[in-house]
Order: sequence, then C-alpha cells, then structure tokens
Amino acid sequence: MQRGKGMKFVEDSRIPAERKPNIPKDYSEYPGKTEAFWPNFLLREWMIGAVFLVGYLCLTVAHPSPLERVADPTDSGYIPLPDWYFLFLYQLLKYEFAAGPYTVIGAVVMPGIAFGALLLAPWLDRGVERRPFKRPIASGLMMLGVISVIFLTWESVDEHDWEAAAQQGEIVDDIEVDEESEAFEIYLNQQSCIGCHGGDMLGGAAGPSVFASEYTAEEVKDIIENGLGDMPPGQFDGTDEELETLAEFIANDGQDPNGDGGDDE
Amino acid sequence: MLQKIYDWVDERLDITPMWRDVADHEVPEHVNPAHHFSAFVYCFGGLTFFVTVIQILSGMFLTMYYVPDIIHAYESVYFLQNEVTHGVIVRGMHHWGASLVIVMMFLHTLRVFFTGSYKKPRELNWVVGVLMFFVMLGLGFTGYLLPWDMKAYFATVVGLEIAESVPVVGGFAKALLAGGEIIGAQTLTRFFAIHVFFLPGALLGLLAAHFIMIRKQGISGPL
Repeated sequence: MQRGKGMKFVEDSRIPAERKPNIPKDYSEYPGKTEAFWPNFLLREWMIGAVFLVGYLCLTVAHPSPLERVADPTDSGYIPLPDWYFLFLYQLLKYEFAAGPYTVIGAVVMPGIAFGALLLAPWLDRGVERRPFKRPIASGLMMLGVISVIFLTWESVDEHDWEAAAQQGEIVDDIEVDEESEAFEIYLNQQSCIGCHGGDMLGGAAGPSVFASEYTAEEVKDIIENGLGDMPPGQFDGTDEELETLAEFIANDGQDPNGDGGDDE
Repeated sequence: MLQKIYDWVDERLDITPMWRDVADHEVPEHVNPAHHFSAFVYCFGGLTFFVTVIQILSGMFLTMYYVPDIIHAYESVYFLQNEVTHGVIVRGMHHWGASLVIVMMFLHTLRVFFTGSYKKPRELNWVVGVLMFFVMLGLGFTGYLLPWDMKAYFATVVGLEIAESVPVVGGFAKALLAGGEIIGAQTLTRFFAIHVFFLPGALLGLLAAHFIMIRKQGISGPL
C-alpha cells in the first residue's frame, strides 16, 4: 500500500483514487491443500444446505408445532415441563443431593462447573496435541459430560407421564348449550340420558359430555338407538321427530341447527 | 454493464478489498465432504448458521401477527396457527428450528472440541462460541413463554424458580426477568423484548466476531 506524499483521493473523500486491480489473493503458499471458496466450495455447501432444508421442511409439515390451551396461572395441578434441551437440568434438580436444601448444588454449582469448564477449555487443556486420543483427560471429561446430559435427558423423558401431559394441556372447546331450545326440553324428559350424561348434557358420573366427539346427526341417531361401548341401546323414549331434533342439536354442538346461534366449525 | 456499475460503486466506496475479503478466500480441502466423506462433521457450524438465518426470517414473519400481551398473545398465536395462510408452516419452522439450532450447535461444539480446534491461536473464538451457546439457550427459554399456553407459562414459572434459588443474585435476576413479584403481563413483555431485541442483538455481534476470527485465522488443519 502506498503511504505518505503523493496519495490521490476521489474528490474530498478518503477513497484512494488509484483503482486496485480485482485479482485473487495469492494463497498458494497457505499450509495444506486448499480450494477457492467462491464459487467451488460455496456451491457444494449450498447443496448440503438444500438437502438439510428438505428434511427440515418435511419435519415441519409432518409435525405441526404444538399449542396447548391458554395459560391459566390458577391451575396449580398442572405438571410443568421445560423444552427438551433443558430437561437435563430439570432432572438434575430432582435428585436428593441436588434438591431441597441442596438446590444450590444442582442449580448453580454443578452446571456452573460444567459450563465454566467448557468456556475455559482452551486454558484447561493447554497442550499442543490436538488428536482426542492423545489428550485422554480432556476427551474423557467431555465424554462424561455428554453422557450425563444424555442420561439425564433420557431419565426425564422416561419419568414424565406423556399421556397425562398431553391431556392436561389439551384445548377444550367451550360448549354453550342452548337451554331454551326445543331439543334441550326433549333431553330433559329422558331420565335415562340424564342419568349418565348429566342434567346439562356436559357429562356426569357414568358418561362423557354428549358433545365430546364429533358426529353427524345421522351417527348420533344411530348411537342413541343402538348404543356404543358401555352405552346401552334403545334408551330413548320419545317420537322419531323428537329423536331427529335431539340428534341434530347434539351434532350442532348444543345449538338449534335452524337458529342463528349455530357454531360453524 | 455490470462491470460499469461495479466500477461506479468501487470508485466511490472502494469495495474491491471488501469483495476480496468476503468472497475470495481459500477453504482447506479436508473440510470438504466431496473429498473425504467423514468431513461432513465440518458442516455442522455452517448448518447452525443456516438454521439461525431461518430463525431470524421466520421470527420476523411471526411478529407480523404476534401480539405480546397476555390478553392477545395466545389468541394471536392460535389465529396464526389455524387461520393464517401458511402460518402453521412459518410457526412450525420457528418451533423446529429452535430445536435444530441447539442440536447443530451441540454437534458443532463437539466437532471443535474433539478436533482440538480451540487450541492456540483459536482460544478467543472458542470463548465467543460458548457465549453464543448461552445466548441460544436464552433465546430458547424466553421464546418458550411467548405463545402463552399452559406449558409455556408453567415452564417459565419453574425456570424462574430455579433462577431465584441462585444465592445472592437470584432474587434480583428473577425480578429483572419477571418484571415484578408475579409472573404475568410484565413477564411476557420482558421476555418478548429479550427474545426479539436483546438476545438477537448480542447474537449478531458474537456471530460477526466468530466469522471475522475464522476468516483471520482460517479453519484448523487436518488431524
């Protein structure tokens, strides 16, 4: 680079007026065999990126991201679970030596030592040897760390009741039963129905809410007449028109299908 | 024509050195899976960056619909998930990307560790990398609360309880993150700000340092 007197600049700027030729740098003497980043290496790298992206998109399409019901801070019975990459820490805090009065050990001391050592690895392992088998202490400690994280995550996943977890977070539809309707009156006259499904149609001691599953009016009629599972057949005591009205009312999530309060979904 | 545009800009900004720095550098042959298949382990860092870029882009699109307050947060995510065209894809990419970035970063860390690449003269780059690992975990933790559903809320409650158990600074850290005694409206807006402004800002700075150092020092040689 030219220095001192005689330098010329574009107008009053600090940009040198003399154009440098756009020729590649000379890296022929760099240690080891090399190739150009642009375009040779970048094109191949993009191909790997493209394959990765396809897998990523398949995952996204096959498994839509989960969403539970809206947060309810008063629901103290909810069993919490952090995202999977924090499970190892969460699990660690369940062991006797790292919980209760020793929480500090599980929450600060152990992760602090592990992550502190990770951060300071270049100063803890100062030798010039790079091959993992030639520095057994560093490699061994790293393997120990990786295995414990995998083990703790595994234990946490194993101990967690996934079915209960899925159920406790489920989005529940708000069903509003139109109690003024003709169909609800028909239902109230059916002692047998009320006995299991409750006086409000939303379930009782022996049966679920009548709106719990999605059925068409035809299917509802069929279930009332012929029963389903534990539900006995032929309990309905009324005319065919009444049965029809009730079935449509149930299939329409507790709203009169001919009225304007129906739920489109 | 292109050459003329290039010359015009170059005369005003002297971009030739920059172009040479960005595009014209060599890559050692031993990191190329086309030469030795086992070199695929050298792809993890690049893939981590790739997922990070996707996270930034998908996150930008998510904020077009997301409303960071406790009344609307859940509704806006529900709407995005169920009503918005391709909303489920954009949210899905952000959701799965958060996991993938952790996995890729973990693998990249292991590669760098077991090839001893953090040794002299690359110590500082290792430190910057580990700091990025912490930033990523912070992004995962704060992002988890934003949908404001049951698992988001209670995971945050537990996380902040753990933070509170730290001696001396615990109470302060919890108050700083939660914005008060209870985990509620203030917590959500704080987590949103941290997730969208503070941590990405820190991450971009660290990424720049990471890449500049790689360019300066080159990729470590074969074992």
